[in-house]
Amino acid sequence: MQLTNRSKQVSNKQMTLAERAYLPAIATGLAITIKHFFAKKVTIQYPEVKRYLGPVFRGRHILKRDADGRERCTACGLCAVACPAEAISMVAAERVKGEENLYREEKYAAVYEVNMLRCIFCGLCEEACPKQAVYLRHDEFVPVFTERDQVIWGKDLLVEDMNNRYTREAWTKEEARALDAKRASGEVTNVVPRAIP
Amino acid sequence: MTLVEFLVKTATIVAVFGLTLVIAMYSTWAERKVAGFIQDRSGPNRAGWGGLLQPLADAGKMFFKEDFIPALANKWLFIAGPSLAMLTALLASAVIPFGSTFRIAGHEVPLQGVESNIGILYVFGVVALGVYGIMVGGWASNNKFSLLGAIRAASQNISYEVAMGLSLIAILMMSSSLSLGEIVAQQHGMNWNIFYQPLGFIIFITCSFAECNRVPFDLPECETELVGGYHTEYGSMKLGFYLFAEYINMFISSAIISVLYFGGYNYPGMDFVYEQLVKSLGTEVGHNVATLIGTAVFFGKALFFVFFYMWVRWTIPRFRYDQLMNLGWKKLIPLAIFNIIITGAAVLFLKPVITAWLN
Repeated sequence: MQLTNRSKQVSNKQMTLAERAYLPAIATGLAITIKHFFAKKVTIQYPEVKRYLGPVFRGRHILKRDADGRERCTACGLCAVACPAEAISMVAAERVKGEENLYREEKYAAVYEVNMLRCIFCGLCEEACPKQAVYLRHDEFVPVFTERDQVIWGKDLLVEDMNNRYTREAWTKEEARALDAKRASGEVTNVVPRAIP
Repeated sequence: MTLVEFLVKTATIVAVFGLTLVIAMYSTWAERKVAGFIQDRSGPNRAGWGGLLQPLADAGKMFFKEDFIPALANKWLFIAGPSLAMLTALLASAVIPFGSTFRIAGHEVPLQGVESNIGILYVFGVVALGVYGIMVGGWASNNKFSLLGAIRAASQNISYEVAMGLSLIAILMMSSSLSLGEIVAQQHGMNWNIFYQPLGFIIFITCSFAECNRVPFDLPECETELVGGYHTEYGSMKLGFYLFAEYINMFISSAIISVLYFGGYNYPGMDFVYEQLVKSLGTEVGHNVATLIGTAVFFGKALFFVFFYMWVRWTIPRFRYDQLMNLGWKKLIPLAIFNIIITGAAVLFLKPVITAWLN
């Protein structure tokens, strides 16, 4: 039974003189290695150059604001419930008059903390969120921390900066697949999928 | 021997010694760089520009590691092993002619540590002693893998020395001199021995790969069979010395190859360059500049062969032990003897005919 056509017929024929002399084969080998010597290197110099990891890579968390700059989170606690590592904790508070430009919903998270040592970056919080408030960024990792008090990230680190808003070209897996299909068919997209400085 | 002569000789020897060490040091860097390039990587590039400080970092690491001697090892021989390996590796560089002569205040100073009329025999003797470094270290470790590695290295070196010596005899028959300086001087211009001795060259370079314990003949340190080979029990700078001795041997044998077969400091058109330099810069400065160019050419050739060692390392897999012995005893030695006969016949019958025809 033939499964593939990659199989090679084994033979025990005598080697020719050229084959027994090794040298032609060694010369061929040397030619191959010297070709690689001058070939373009595949290494990406990591800390200076970072590879584009795709639109749905799960990096560090961000608490999104809406178009008017109001926090989207309503402190429903669904992310904390969904979290398999129990990394998220929050304290809810009621919005008072005059804070409508700060919080979109009537209830908001006064404290929102993610324990970065517990987090496994599974993205279940993202999926659980009914307000599209919490996301895992595709472009930034959690930086290395060396102190205990750097482990738990509060709202100061998590809430989006309106001057430097977080965007990505695909927010869901379906959109990412559509994007891939677009790229495959040769349409130009705004992000080139290779190493970015 | 006058004091001046003594000082000049000492300065030359120290310069040759330092140069050999620096080249061996940067060979470790080059080895990793070449390995990276051949495997489509970029190699070490963090320590200094292009990773040029990497050898210093490696040496620093080696020095600060624990200098460990196993409890049941023979302590003195354990220390003597790497020392012998370093010593024998460094000794050979003394007789290599790095260039013709420097002319300082009317005196001719040869760019060679020792101008000996048995230069090539001296190199052979010292290289043969190199086995002791490995053998003593392997035996003193009191470890069967070390001993096996050492025995392999010793038998391999001894086997290949025979073929190496035989391939050299053909060169000696042509030059009728054992002095390395004389052999180089005879290859003036483009009159290199490689054109007369291609078979001898192939035998010689194969044997020098085996003598240096380099891939494809690196059986003494075959990890899959012998853990680390003769330096299994070694750590810290003693291991560093073993590895360093290998790189020094590599440079020395590359230098010997370029001296014996590729004309050393000779290059085509050297007479024309010499005349022009002497005409424009005067007999003293012009002569010295011409010598420096020759030395640069020599180092170019020697370093190319160092590169060739590395290039081959990442191309050819290791031989099996019986294949190694078959190649050494059953192929290279008969080929070398055949080469001697051919050379002898050519020197006796062909050379007079050609000389008569040319005249």
